[in-house]
Amino acid sequence: MLILNHLWLLMALPLAGSMLTLLAGRHWPKKLVNLSSVGFPVLAFICYCELVREFFFTLHSPATAWIKNYFTWMVAGNFRVDFALQVDQLTIVMLGVVTLVGMLIHIYSIGYMAHEEGYYRFFAEMNLFMFFMTTLVMAANLVLLFVGWEGVGLCSYLLISFFFTKKSAADAGKKAFITTRIGDWGFTVGILMAFWLFHAVDYKTMFATAANMPPETMQHWGALTSICLLLLAGAVGKSAQLPLYVWLPDAMEGPTPVSALIHAATMVTAGVYMIARMNPLFSRAPAAMLAVAIIGGVTALYAATIGLAQSDIKKVLAYSTISQLGYMFLACGVGAYAAGIFHLMTHAFFKGLLFLCAGSVIHAMGGEQDMFKMGGLRKKIPWTYATMLVATLAISGAPLFAGFFSKDEILFDAYAGPNSNFVLYMLGIAGALLTACYMFRLIFLTFHGKPRFDEHHVHVHESPKVMLTPLVILAILSIVGGWFALPTYWGGTDYFRAFLHPVFAGSTALALQLHPAWKEPPHGLEYEMTAIAVAVALVGFLIALYLYILKPSAAKRLAAGVHPVYQLLWHKYYVDELYGAVIIRPLIWISRNVLWKLIDIGLIDGTVNGLAFLSRGVGGEVRHMQGGNTRSYAAWVVIGAVAVTVFFVWMVR
Amino acid sequence: MVPISYYVILSAVLFGLGVIAFVFKRNVITIFMSIELMLNAVNLAFVAFSREFNQLDGLVFVFFVIVVAAAEAAVGLAIIMVIARNRKSLNVEDVNLLKF
Repeated sequence: MLILNHLWLLMALPLAGSMLTLLAGRHWPKKLVNLSSVGFPVLAFICYCELVREFFFTLHSPATAWIKNYFTWMVAGNFRVDFALQVDQLTIVMLGVVTLVGMLIHIYSIGYMAHEEGYYRFFAEMNLFMFFMTTLVMAANLVLLFVGWEGVGLCSYLLISFFFTKKSAADAGKKAFITTRIGDWGFTVGILMAFWLFHAVDYKTMFATAANMPPETMQHWGALTSICLLLLAGAVGKSAQLPLYVWLPDAMEGPTPVSALIHAATMVTAGVYMIARMNPLFSRAPAAMLAVAIIGGVTALYAATIGLAQSDIKKVLAYSTISQLGYMFLACGVGAYAAGIFHLMTHAFFKGLLFLCAGSVIHAMGGEQDMFKMGGLRKKIPWTYATMLVATLAISGAPLFAGFFSKDEILFDAYAGPNSNFVLYMLGIAGALLTACYMFRLIFLTFHGKPRFDEHHVHVHESPKVMLTPLVILAILSIVGGWFALPTYWGGTDYFRAFLHPVFAGSTALALQLHPAWKEPPHGLEYEMTAIAVAVALVGFLIALYLYILKPSAAKRLAAGVHPVYQLLWHKYYVDELYGAVIIRPLIWISRNVLWKLIDIGLIDGTVNGLAFLSRGVGGEVRHMQGGNTRSYAAWVVIGAVAVTVFFVWMVR
Repeated sequence: MVPISYYVILSAVLFGLGVIAFVFKRNVITIFMSIELMLNAVNLAFVAFSREFNQLDGLVFVFFVIVVAAAEAAVGLAIIMVIARNRKSLNVEDVNLLKF
């Protein structure tokens, strides 16, 4: 019961590491910085292991969440927020992802960041991120979740603009912060509306109240739908979905371990986590569910198409992340929360791995990120190649790799689940095809073919062991990560879904109740679905193989043949330009001409300066009375006395 | 019995003379004396009203005014001495340093 009673330890450890490193790390030798900033996440992971042990063997994986209330944070009228943490099956999964992947990436960073300025600052901010992320997933109420939510946003900003002397990095940080803030506006209003509706912000009370509410329908939107749509706005910003995804590709300006941890494995999945956590609300708001599913499905395909045409290795992975997050949204939107969370977990493994491998490639190439200036690295950095290939197979959905099971489950639920929708399923399938295509394009361009760089100048070298070890561990997880969720038709027990069942039980039952016509899909459909998914991935692989290995000239001819389309993809559908013209330019114009020149200079400065000018003018006139002539003073005294006398005489009368 | 109005009129005349001298005279000592004149004009009015209404308040005020006037004379004469020494003149027109 040690950790169960002291859940705060899991938050306090990374915070302690962060504060220690931040305050004292500047003058420390690197070894000491490593010890403090990697040691604390490792300790947090150990605590997590103990937490899992206690959760299973002391609590026996209970049906209700284990809530620990430490103190009352704030009270205003009947608004009450406790500093309360909770652990349930969903938290266990999320904490596992955060602490395990976080720890591995910290270890990796020792090697990757070894030659960078601000070494201690990097680790302090990474630890701070771990603190806020654990807060986010362990919070037992919406307000505390929001604290973590904003905290990770802050760390994301700090780490994207880590190289703050570079203008593009500083701009990318601001872009990320401001874009997510647009979504957070909806999230904040959503929290307030949730309080207005439920008179509480803690999950337990909210869900208990919601359980007694009749589900809303597609036609009649009520408070629940509004709340869910507002919360969805926050999730869309944080998880980089259409239309607020634009910040994530730019966020690649940060150091690669940051991209791996924050912008692939953990923070960007916070939106998915939040929707899964709010499943009792979303399940009662079908319109909001459909919105989640549509946003997810469209984003999954949309981002994948952009990924096809990018040349920067990290940008491809960024669009891939957006696309995969779209799958998770799709899963949540069709009510397959367990599948969404499962994909979240496997994605954390293989996408974290992909980014770390990309970092290793960039490290080997001495900072080069353009895939068209790589090629033929397979022999020179074999470990990186092997691990990256594993991750690529996993994300493409090659049989028996982790991504295979999670993506299959999502597509299956989109096709045959109670909320199934054929169009969304087709979006998912098309996305899967493109995923395999652009991922193998990345592999072929980077590792195969002839080197397209000057081999005399670039000395390609394999990364040190401290970087390779996390790669290998994550590669193993990318293979076996899906096995314990082996579905029944594969001879497994579908353990993951069963494990998460207590969290999503209400929603699952409700979905069946809302769709009485839905029937259990016929046995054998699973095999067909799997066959389709694998076939589609194989087609994607073959396209990439044909274009980039067998007939390299074909890729150029294809690009030239469909030049407008290629340009459109290369320029990311001109969305940045569109936002710039439609939103940012008018905003800047209004800021400059109305807010600055009219309001600020005209009204505010005008008032203050006008008052000063007036008093100076009056003073300038009045000062002539004090002319140094004593007799005139005397005259003024007399005039004053007479005036007072006249006044009083007149008053008395 | 002299009617009260006589005293009040005398007081007003004395006060008016004091004011006129205060404004128009240039000699510091004359100005100083005109202030004393005004003070004593007021004293006269106080005493007259005190007697008329048979109350002691006015007399008490007069004592205060006398005390203040004595103090003022002490300070004022000292200032006049210093001015006379520095400026070699008693004309107030020469004392004009304190201005805008």
